[in-house]
Amino acid sequence: MTAMEGAARSAPPVAKRRKLRQLSIRDRVVLSLMAGIPTLLTVGLVWVPALASVVLSFSTWTGFGDFSTIQWVGTENYKNIFTIYPPFQPAIEHNLIWLAVFFCVPGPFGLFLAVQLDKQIRFSRIYQSVLFLPVVLSLALVGFMTELIFSPTQGLINNLTGHAEHNVIDWLGNPSLNIWAVMVMACWRQAGYVMILFLAGLKSVDPSQKEAAALDGAGGWQTFRHVVWPAMRPINIVVLVITVIESLRAFDIVYVINKGTNGLELLSVLVTDNIIGAGSRIGFGSALATILLVISMIFIVPYLISMFRKDERA
Amino acid sequence: MTATTTELPRRIATSPVAGGVRPSQTRRVLLHTFLVITCLIWIAPLIYALYTALRPYEDTQRLGYVSVGGHYNLHNFTAAWQQAELPHYFWNSALITVPALIITLLLSSMVAFVVARFRFRINIALLVLFTAGNLLPQQALITPLFKIYQLVELPSWMAESGKLNDSFLGIILIHIAFQTGFCTFVLSNYMRTIPGELGEAALVDGASAWRQYWQIVMPLCRPVLAALATLEFTWIYNDFFWATVLMQTGSNRPITAALNNLTGQFFVNNNLIAAAALIVAVPTLVVFFALQKQFVSGLTLGSSKG
Repeated sequence: MTAMEGAARSAPPVAKRRKLRQLSIRDRVVLSLMAGIPTLLTVGLVWVPALASVVLSFSTWTGFGDFSTIQWVGTENYKNIFTIYPPFQPAIEHNLIWLAVFFCVPGPFGLFLAVQLDKQIRFSRIYQSVLFLPVVLSLALVGFMTELIFSPTQGLINNLTGHAEHNVIDWLGNPSLNIWAVMVMACWRQAGYVMILFLAGLKSVDPSQKEAAALDGAGGWQTFRHVVWPAMRPINIVVLVITVIESLRAFDIVYVINKGTNGLELLSVLVTDNIIGAGSRIGFGSALATILLVISMIFIVPYLISMFRKDERA
Repeated sequence: MTATTTELPRRIATSPVAGGVRPSQTRRVLLHTFLVITCLIWIAPLIYALYTALRPYEDTQRLGYVSVGGHYNLHNFTAAWQQAELPHYFWNSALITVPALIITLLLSSMVAFVVARFRFRINIALLVLFTAGNLLPQQALITPLFKIYQLVELPSWMAESGKLNDSFLGIILIHIAFQTGFCTFVLSNYMRTIPGELGEAALVDGASAWRQYWQIVMPLCRPVLAALATLEFTWIYNDFFWATVLMQTGSNRPITAALNNLTGQFFVNNNLIAAAALIVAVPTLVVFFALQKQFVSGLTLGSSKG
């Protein structure tokens, strides 16, 4: 990997791209199809629905019947969400908790592990593999594991601490506790992910810079703070974006445990509840989805701008 | 990987292992102690799941969950395999994952080829469209998508349900549409590092754009494609959300999503759940251990841009 990134950066001038004029008509048709078909698919199934969410959020629609049954109600859905929809406030709070915990726990811990594993020590690969292992498990499976560990009478924690028979702690049933039990398992998975990303970032830092800093008498912490950390800026941004996106997308674990109710409400669950389940409320669900979309865009847009600005100039 | 230039050998010379500084003896002991303890904590949930799965329900009931003794056997595994019809759900997962994976790689490599090797006015716009699409939360688009899926009718040979909704085709399509974003981004970055002269020489010889793509660029992308394939395999296989919402018929769900229906319905005990969960995890664990290098490089390829 390091090799590739290094090569990419110092590579001989990026491929000179030919002008379209020089292409035959047949080539132009082929190229248009090659780009066009995937674009149609992504526009049709990702972007059109995303924009439709915004449009439909100003309507009420049960989803039965055709488009003529759509009624436009302005911002009523939003008003209702903020005033008379009880699960909304806890969902926002839980999403914020998720974000804060992901930011404060797996983030720094993943970085710490990466820095330790970047040192020249034996068995580094084994440590890496073990710590990364949970990342390949699906979040739904992590949900089942959460039950194995936190179940009040059958779970590992209560049985180890003697709370399984007397003074039972209901980790998953108590609405003020269960979000924290879930967070423990979510962090278990996230830390390995963050660690690998930081490890790749650390390896892409030019070692001669570190050596130069060491020669100048900089200690480990100083070198990290003033040389390594600034050089890792691209990775830091990626980790930040992934942290935010994963917190907003969070769904599987809580859905497996109790369908995201009773203390485990999340925005993503509320959106889903309005589609599947008894009464499908397309307009209301879309308004919730739009709120989710707007929050994620706050982070996605600056990220994309910073990433593609370089290309624009090239 | 093929394009490695002068920088690499020098780096290898200065830092044979990782590029870090070798810590002193006592510090190394401390470090290993810390890492061993962390790793033990990290793997404990999996070991516990395995231990639980290896014991009969009756023994844990009698002796307690955290106890030693009783019988150890693979009965929970065979029971989960048969009672829960796991082979059937594995087959569903294969029916979804394999086509979705292949078509995603094919389509994204095509877009990447066009964007990276030719200069269009809309190059950047296309890349942004794909990359940003992959970053959206799935729930932000599910409501209209669900409605669209209900409205699109399909002939019965394409979908048993007669609609895009509740069909394998529907799940495959959304995986492709969603995952193409990430793969396009990674592949286009890689294809840019392939010297343009390679394609030009072929063009002088009269090769078409398609030939350039299929016979020159694609073979050079093999390492990246392998990395993306391992990564995308786990992502698509592990999908829970699309399958839960867009596949209403429980028996057609892929295995990860199906397991959720099955608990409560078939599984009365944690020992059986643990066994089933471990069986479901086997494909991704195998891929991870067998292709660890590809897996990790796939993740990190997408995360940094030269």
